[in-house]
Amino acid sequence: MAGTARDRGNPLIYVVVLLLIGVMLGPVAYIIVGGFRTNSQITVDPAGLPDPWQFGNYTSVLTSDTFWRQVGNSALVAGATTAGVVVLGVMASYVLARYRFRGRGVLYALFAAGLMFPVTVAITPLFILIKNLGLVNTLPGVILPQIAFALPTTVIILVPFLRAIPKDIEEAAAIDRCSRLGFFWRMVLPLSVPGLITVGILAFVNSWNSYLLPLFLLNDEDTFTLPLGVQAFSSAYSVDTAKVLAFTSLSMIPALVFFSLFERRIVGGLTGAVKG
Amino acid sequence: MAITADAPESRVRGGGVRPSPPVRPRRRGIGWAQRLEIVVLAGPAILIFLAFVILPVLMAAYYGFYRWKGFGVPTDFVGLDNYRTILRDGSFRAALGHNGLVVVLSLVLQGPIGLALALLLNRKLRGQSLIRVLIFVPYVIAEVIAGTGWSLLLQSDGAVNGILRSAGLGGLAQDWLANPALALGTLMAILTWKYIGFAVILFLAGLQNIPEELTEAAAMDGASWWQTQRSITLPLLGPTIRIWGFLSIIGALQLFDLVYIIWGQYVAATAGTSTMATYMVTEGRNAGNFGYGNAVAVVLFLVSMLIALVYQRFVLRRDTEGALTGGQ
Repeated sequence: MAGTARDRGNPLIYVVVLLLIGVMLGPVAYIIVGGFRTNSQITVDPAGLPDPWQFGNYTSVLTSDTFWRQVGNSALVAGATTAGVVVLGVMASYVLARYRFRGRGVLYALFAAGLMFPVTVAITPLFILIKNLGLVNTLPGVILPQIAFALPTTVIILVPFLRAIPKDIEEAAAIDRCSRLGFFWRMVLPLSVPGLITVGILAFVNSWNSYLLPLFLLNDEDTFTLPLGVQAFSSAYSVDTAKVLAFTSLSMIPALVFFSLFERRIVGGLTGAVKG
Repeated sequence: MAITADAPESRVRGGGVRPSPPVRPRRRGIGWAQRLEIVVLAGPAILIFLAFVILPVLMAAYYGFYRWKGFGVPTDFVGLDNYRTILRDGSFRAALGHNGLVVVLSLVLQGPIGLALALLLNRKLRGQSLIRVLIFVPYVIAEVIAGTGWSLLLQSDGAVNGILRSAGLGGLAQDWLANPALALGTLMAILTWKYIGFAVILFLAGLQNIPEELTEAAAMDGASWWQTQRSITLPLLGPTIRIWGFLSIIGALQLFDLVYIIWGQYVAATAGTSTMATYMVTEGRNAGNFGYGNAVAVVLFLVSMLIALVYQRFVLRRDTEGALTGGQ
């Protein structure tokens, strides 16, 4: 709104925006740029620029097996979580959005109530449950609970999305002797791709960043995901600040790339779910 | 995220015409084929949700009555002893107090700032999409990364104090993390920096639902930009703001990652930034007292649910339906 030419020209707004970006990106820039310095540079002047620029920290992280193993673990966990959430979420949301049956309200409320209880509340018993299933120190042990905890958000975003598909299309499909499942497969899925991208990106980024669950469930270094890796690295190399900064910067790239590519989709995908 | 199930209604642009309510379900009962479809489609999600979300909460309630080290079947039934210990423990009450402060300060700080940013970003600006992506960066990066970065920046010989000293303001250099008089303020600054992007995303999504005709009409009637925002945009954004408030409160009550990463389990208590969740992990899992840890989880659950229900009852009531009242 208010997209008048006056706005575009008002320099004050751009000053505010630049300041804002400075505050938001300052700490991130410190991490990235700090990775190009040496430890002695950092000790002498903690806030300075690299002089000269050092690439050794980044190359040593990029050539280490540990880093790539953790990238692999994180990618596997985040990929499987995303796939699981999207597939299970869209099927359940389709039922909640377009079938009428007794208990539907209760079912929706159950998923919605899940929003109230992020993983923190359940983590202690969850650890025991996963241990009893023999899944501690395995990636499926992290993936399954992550899918479960991502379902509430997914269902709540997708149900309005699927419900907005016009009834006429469904009736037309029925006239063409298309079953409900055929309708789901041939019409609903293609039409809901934008919503699926939204929930998929959110699930991916949350999984990529998740800390508490892997902290409880993964104790074996070989199974560490990147967040655990960053922490282990920063305590193992606490004197080598520059290398810690390089490791940290490299581990944030995938989430940033995904989010940047799909930022519009996320705001757009949520538009149906929040009432304005 | 958010949170109502009636998109068809909320999608309708231009106010005015309310669509007729959804057709009543035909009470003819449903056929077996349809039942099967429901089971096949929704079954897996329900199963995994019950197994890994609902079951653990029930398990916590059970184990919370035992003194138990996490091995074998719990046998040492202690009734409400764990709960008595929790409520008597000064460090739990301190943690609860910190959570309370974080809840209130998050609403007070992030609400207005988030709104201001969303209104700013909703204008047509040059380089708009780049600006948006840059402002969301802190929200998108991992808590571990933010925590690692901030603890290096804020340690006593870190970059923040370095900048202050080189600007001749060495007197302002502080031990931002360990000083109990400052630590909670530091935490709030970091939390605001980290999570303001979430508020902005929700508000931006809400703003897109506000029909442009309304603001255009206001502008034609000679309303200034400020008047338009105050009298049209903000009231229409009310439901989104209230839902953000709900999610912000729940997040603040369950705060764990950043505190645990930056302060660690021991410093958090002395610096005055411990939370119920860090208390739970420290006294439960880390101390090997799984029965006790589960009891803390139950308390955390009850506190969150109580506050959620009160909020639902008194704040979200105005919105025809909230997150917990079903998807009809």
